[in-house]
Amino acid sequence: MSIIVDETARLVVQGITGKEGTFHARQAVAYGTQVVAGVTPGRGGERVDGIPVYHTVREAVRQEGANASVIFVPPAFASDAIMESADAGISLVVCITEGIPTLDMVRVIPFLKARGCRLIGPNCPGIISPGKAKIGIMPGHIHRPGSVGVISRSGTLTYEVVFQLTGNGIGQSTCIGIGGDPIIGTSFVDCLELFEADPETEAVVLIGEIGGGAEEEAASLVRDRMSKPVIGFVAGRTAPPGRRMGHAGAIISGGKGTAAEKIAAWERAGMVVCENPAEIGATVKRVLAKRGRA
Amino acid sequence: MRVHEYQAKKILSDSGVPVPQGAVAETPEGAREICHQLGKPVVIKAQVHAGGRGKGGGVKLASSPEEAERAASSILGMQLVTPQTSARGVKVRRVLVEEAVQIQKELYLGMVIDRAAATPVVIASESGGVEIEEVAASDPEKIRKVDVDPGVGLLPFQARRMAFELGLPGGLISSWGHLVSSFYRAFVDNDAFLAEINPLGILEEGRLLALDAKMNFDDNALFRHPKIEQLRDVEEEDPLEVEASRHSVNYIRLGGSIGCMVNGAGLAMATMDLIKLCGGEPANFLDVGGGASVEQVENAFRILVSDRAVKAILINIFGGILRCDVLAQGVIEAASQLKVKVPIVVRLEGTNVEEGRDLLKRSGLNFTVAADMQDAAEKAIARSQGSNR
Repeated sequence: MSIIVDETARLVVQGITGKEGTFHARQAVAYGTQVVAGVTPGRGGERVDGIPVYHTVREAVRQEGANASVIFVPPAFASDAIMESADAGISLVVCITEGIPTLDMVRVIPFLKARGCRLIGPNCPGIISPGKAKIGIMPGHIHRPGSVGVISRSGTLTYEVVFQLTGNGIGQSTCIGIGGDPIIGTSFVDCLELFEADPETEAVVLIGEIGGGAEEEAASLVRDRMSKPVIGFVAGRTAPPGRRMGHAGAIISGGKGTAAEKIAAWERAGMVVCENPAEIGATVKRVLAKRGRA
Repeated sequence: MRVHEYQAKKILSDSGVPVPQGAVAETPEGAREICHQLGKPVVIKAQVHAGGRGKGGGVKLASSPEEAERAASSILGMQLVTPQTSARGVKVRRVLVEEAVQIQKELYLGMVIDRAAATPVVIASESGGVEIEEVAASDPEKIRKVDVDPGVGLLPFQARRMAFELGLPGGLISSWGHLVSSFYRAFVDNDAFLAEINPLGILEEGRLLALDAKMNFDDNALFRHPKIEQLRDVEEEDPLEVEASRHSVNYIRLGGSIGCMVNGAGLAMATMDLIKLCGGEPANFLDVGGGASVEQVENAFRILVSDRAVKAILINIFGGILRCDVLAQGVIEAASQLKVKVPIVVRLEGTNVEEGRDLLKRSGLNFTVAADMQDAAEKAIARSQGSNR
């Protein structure tokens, strides 16, 4: 098993004729994802590597049975693209785009909720269930199928962690980059609940960072409802307050959202917190070994 | 993006929020003239991005144009030190000269986006004039919040309820409603991230007036607000950070001696944390972007070597799909073109990583190739200690 995506995903790539869209559509196909359509308004009828391109997501759903979409659309138009997918009946939208105005996302969230559509991101690397399907921009080859779930607000730091896991002989059930923006579609809590219910997942790695209260919410869930071990790392212990650290959501404001608070909340919830980002893989290995003996 | 008080007041006023009469001066004579025009006592306020200006002597009262000139001349050009600035302070280049008013009570009005709920939230308190975080810690019951449904916007009953909860006199209920809805409009129409009127004064003559104002705007929405973008005051920012932003490099100067160049914000923060954990001090946060193009690497190099505090450079690139040999070529070209003298420790991961490492080793430049993140941090710290520039 895995969570959210598996081999049944029929993917439409919004923005497939752009440079990024074309490149990552090819990478997804190479990984084995079923890429059934692309959408670029005004370019309907064309093909990209044989993948049919449509003007609208609605056509892609009707003609090709697309049920998931990935968005490579510039920030000014990305919120519209997300809502177009939700309106066309797509149940999973993964938005890679970085730089979407926050108030656009404020309008997107209730629109999606009303249509029962799950959004991952924006400003994220996407989601991969190793060996099954990859919807996003992560390098597929660093992953191995296995039993550890990974949830992260970051992109390349997630790759680093996955690389360490694979290097330690630990495969992954599903890895999700939930995104670095202040408003995102799928939270740590949502993913933790799914991993807890997934029989294949034995442990979860949570990669947080400064800003907001998502880590604290995750802590409550871990304390109250998780039976599986959760190993965590929080990036930004050395980040100065009041500064946005690359991600729009990574900012300590009004003294809130510090790494120290988040780490303390995780420790209180019984999580194993790594101090050293280079030792996350080894720590997971230790936790799994201990669990195996118990 | 931050703006000055006078700019925030202009934006709020344009949406219908009442603000004091006044204008900005860059010279003491200008301040005298504004006071003369107003024909009443004034308050002179330093215009810098940091808060807590009164505590550092950046706010003065003057009852005549001559006094206004003297007050302005003592503030203009000073290095203003406040609880929010560095010990060196910031140079004051402008003052806001405003009518002084008789205040009966000070309130707080603010607005932010609630990240978890994904809704705008309007916050008010009867304890104005102090930081809202302090009120939240000491008297949380004095904070009134309204969650706004973004589909319908702020509703009249919500503003009214706030007014009654704040205990405003009956005569002010409707002007409060008008002010709060204007404030809400100023926020959403301009894609603000945060807006505060603190204090919001109830004057002795019985009207409401925004005595101080702060607005921060969503950088991601500036493309649709060219007028707001023009308000950016780069002189309030670190020159290297301004230069970096011109090249879309995310850079924040921190003051340590290990310069970092990393692709991706999370990995960049983790790299800084690791340097600190290994006993070093990161000189900066620098994210060249997840894709780390050769051109971005070159831009980033230029910024890093401009910081004289940097004694060694740590490059941590998790390329993944990117080809490391191409990236290594870019690093070599940039380093040789810029004649970088400080030791450079490189950690690369991704496709063709062996070829990339080989190119670095054979380049004849001052590169140290690291096996992983930990190794890179340790080597960078060790090399920085032997480095002189």
